[in-house]
Amino acid sequence: MAGSLKQLDYSILQQCMHCGMCLPTCPTFDATKRERSSPRGRIALMRAVADGEMEITRGFADEMSYCLGCLACQTACPAGVDYAQLFETARADIEKSGINASPLRGFWRFITLRVLFMRPRLLRMAGRLLRLYQGSGLESFTKRLHQMRILPAELGRLEALSPRISDRFSNEMIDPVERPGNDIRFKVALLTGCVQDLAFSEINRDTADVLLANGCEVHTPPVQSCCGSLHSHNGEPILAAELARRMIDQLPPDDYDAIISNAGGCGSHLRHYGTLLEDDPAYADKARNWDSKLRDIHEWLVEIGCRAPFSSANPDSMTVAYHESCHLAHGQKVTQQPRQLLQLLPGVKLVELKESSWCCGSAGIYSITQPEQSAALLDRKLKHLQDSGAAVLATSNPGCHLQIESGLKAIGSPIEVIQPVTLLARSYRQETSPSISP
Amino acid sequence: MRESLVQALIDLLGSERVLTAIEDLIPYGFDGTATFKATPGAVVFPNTTEEVSACVRLANDAGIPIVTRGSGTGLSGGSVPTDHALVICLVQMDRILSVDPRNLTLRAQAGVITAKLDETAAEHGLFYPPDPGSLRISTIGGNVAENSGGLRGLKYGVTRNYVMGMEVVLPDGRIVSLGNACVKDVAGYSMKDLFVGSEGTLGIVTEVLLKLLPRPLARRTLLATFDRMEDAAETVSSIIAARIIPCTLEFLDRITIGCVEDYAKIGLPTDCEAILLMETDGHPAAVEDEATRMVEIARTHGAREVQIAQDEQEALKLASARRSAFSALARVRPTTILEDITVPRSALAEMVSFIAATATRHGLMVGTFGHMGDGNLHPTFLTDERDEEEMQRVHLALEAIVEKTLSLGGTITGEHGVGLAKKPWLKQQLGDASYELMRTVKHALDPHNRLNPGKIFD
Repeated sequence: MAGSLKQLDYSILQQCMHCGMCLPTCPTFDATKRERSSPRGRIALMRAVADGEMEITRGFADEMSYCLGCLACQTACPAGVDYAQLFETARADIEKSGINASPLRGFWRFITLRVLFMRPRLLRMAGRLLRLYQGSGLESFTKRLHQMRILPAELGRLEALSPRISDRFSNEMIDPVERPGNDIRFKVALLTGCVQDLAFSEINRDTADVLLANGCEVHTPPVQSCCGSLHSHNGEPILAAELARRMIDQLPPDDYDAIISNAGGCGSHLRHYGTLLEDDPAYADKARNWDSKLRDIHEWLVEIGCRAPFSSANPDSMTVAYHESCHLAHGQKVTQQPRQLLQLLPGVKLVELKESSWCCGSAGIYSITQPEQSAALLDRKLKHLQDSGAAVLATSNPGCHLQIESGLKAIGSPIEVIQPVTLLARSYRQETSPSISP
Repeated sequence: MRESLVQALIDLLGSERVLTAIEDLIPYGFDGTATFKATPGAVVFPNTTEEVSACVRLANDAGIPIVTRGSGTGLSGGSVPTDHALVICLVQMDRILSVDPRNLTLRAQAGVITAKLDETAAEHGLFYPPDPGSLRISTIGGNVAENSGGLRGLKYGVTRNYVMGMEVVLPDGRIVSLGNACVKDVAGYSMKDLFVGSEGTLGIVTEVLLKLLPRPLARRTLLATFDRMEDAAETVSSIIAARIIPCTLEFLDRITIGCVEDYAKIGLPTDCEAILLMETDGHPAAVEDEATRMVEIARTHGAREVQIAQDEQEALKLASARRSAFSALARVRPTTILEDITVPRSALAEMVSFIAATATRHGLMVGTFGHMGDGNLHPTFLTDERDEEEMQRVHLALEAIVEKTLSLGGTITGEHGVGLAKKPWLKQQLGDASYELMRTVKHALDPHNRLNPGKIFD
């Protein structure tokens, strides 16, 4: 992948014919009605930088930070512009220019991007510390300090968004190799993710269970690196490439029928290793092969013909609305499959959520970097959700899950957030549960 | 732009509605047309007709040109700014002011999104038919300025047929109100019609009064494939000769069909020469009768296959071939040049074959699709603006296509406007006298050439 806009294959910029079809789908243009906050406006600015008509300015950096990276524009684009690549290249350029640099920002970027998310064991250790902190009385003590306004407001906001750490991580719940009871139809690798592993390890367990129930032998390496999505979205393409190579070495794509991701944001990045490593002669072929094996869990289940559970996990019928994670819908174009899986569930009534593929404002670390816009998008999502009459919101990305759950909690709504694989896994478990007579 | 003018604009509108930073100006340097680009001096967002008028007077005092803009989706360069111009962007004037079901009218500010007009009309069981391809983002002000068409032109006409009245800011800042809600009105010149399609060169339309129709109760969608372009064209002529006016008669040529199939994989036969998408709407009984007769006509004219949608979902599926035509073509090469020639319907088959032959002669890739019922074709050049030699060939091919169009009694633009893109050929089409007449009108209204200078003619 090109390291800067000036080196980028110019035809990617040129592919934008500025027709404006992206405008009505862009949440930031919707908010400001200014072209600079629209996809084609941002591309025009990138092109001006590539052409040397404009330097990388503070305004340029602000605008690229204001972009959610939701990729709704890619779905709307008639010309097939690869906005993800343009956007990531622009952010990498901005990092190199140093225009955003400050000691505090540098410190946090170093700790997260270069230390924690490069070292999975260290990340889990940090997770354990956070778990201890959340379990001790200390957390409620700092909350009181916030209420008394002794600690800075930003810290309080950060803390509200930080996920509740799972009691056990994925490696404590999933064996490295698990085989289905009946015939083995496929051999798959399961990616456990970073945030997913720390905060939603049960969902990884559920994913493994659903795969087993559908005849897949599941390989889950106990220690997995970050896929590099975080680095790529935040202007660190070299680290992202390093992580991609590690991932391919750990799970050679030739060994599996499919490599399964269950987080929308990770999956969207994971299926573009081919582009990321296209200039690396040792990895280019392997990376393309990797992309061809990468599947979102819902996509894979529908592809292999997911078995309908014959038992219901919920005693009464349940109304479910589905929120599409941006990177699953727009990044991976997986839109119908999660709905199809939900419709397989006995007792589930699926209702359409208005603007289901409009960003919820989570968008990676957007809720921290752009709190106001993030909150506005969350409010919009919650309003549609309440109008839908659903008792459960199904979604399949840890960021969306956390964002919407914390929003619902803040307004005291009883609506639960549950991922589609969890609903499926619960139903399969119910089939064999002794509590229900055959 | 001079500090004093910027300050006066800020005093008028507030700093939030006046943009002058370079990061704000570059994104207003183009519209939906390929290859035209400039950088304006400032962009302003008035909320009322009075504010528009005040902006015009300030720009006049400073002696700088004004370019009006909606969403910037035009396809002839009509809203591309001139360097250092003041761009008056009307997207914040986005209110629907009233719907009058008794008089079948709707009053809206210029910045209302086109799709919202029909959505609002539908709430009253009414219908706003013009549906340009960009209707989800284009504004009614831009539609009026360009006299936009769409897929329903054959039966329902174009934007002009729905404009009953308007409020306009003249080049000197005066505000005039033209037309009214009367079905009949012959009080003097029909001045509103002068402003429809004037491409922002005569005045700034800030408010419009639109005509609505009762919403059709039923619709039928058909798709026919043909081995010969002449058969498709003959089918269209025979349908019209059979006194059927379908609301849609769209076609795709072989190159477009191939690109659509590559992109959307909807199972189209890639070895056929033409696909016709036909729709009829109206009273359910009439629709059934017309659909049956259209199928017969297509079959007798050698259609290989005719599919009839049984429900709304199937209709959408059939229509998706036409709907994805432009997308499918646009992604093939870096630069997409969308043409807009129109010929009398009887000359359609000849024109389509000429375009294909011209493309072959110049070694170019051109897919043609369009509104066959209107004679309006969109030959789409798939090229790369960085390749000078290829662009030279594109230019030669365009020249040849224009020559042929005019020799067949056609027009260089059916629905996109002249703007910058068609300017070189306007005189050739109009002839000296009509061309001078247009200039006389422009000079009478805008003697200092302040509004959208350099568009339509120099």
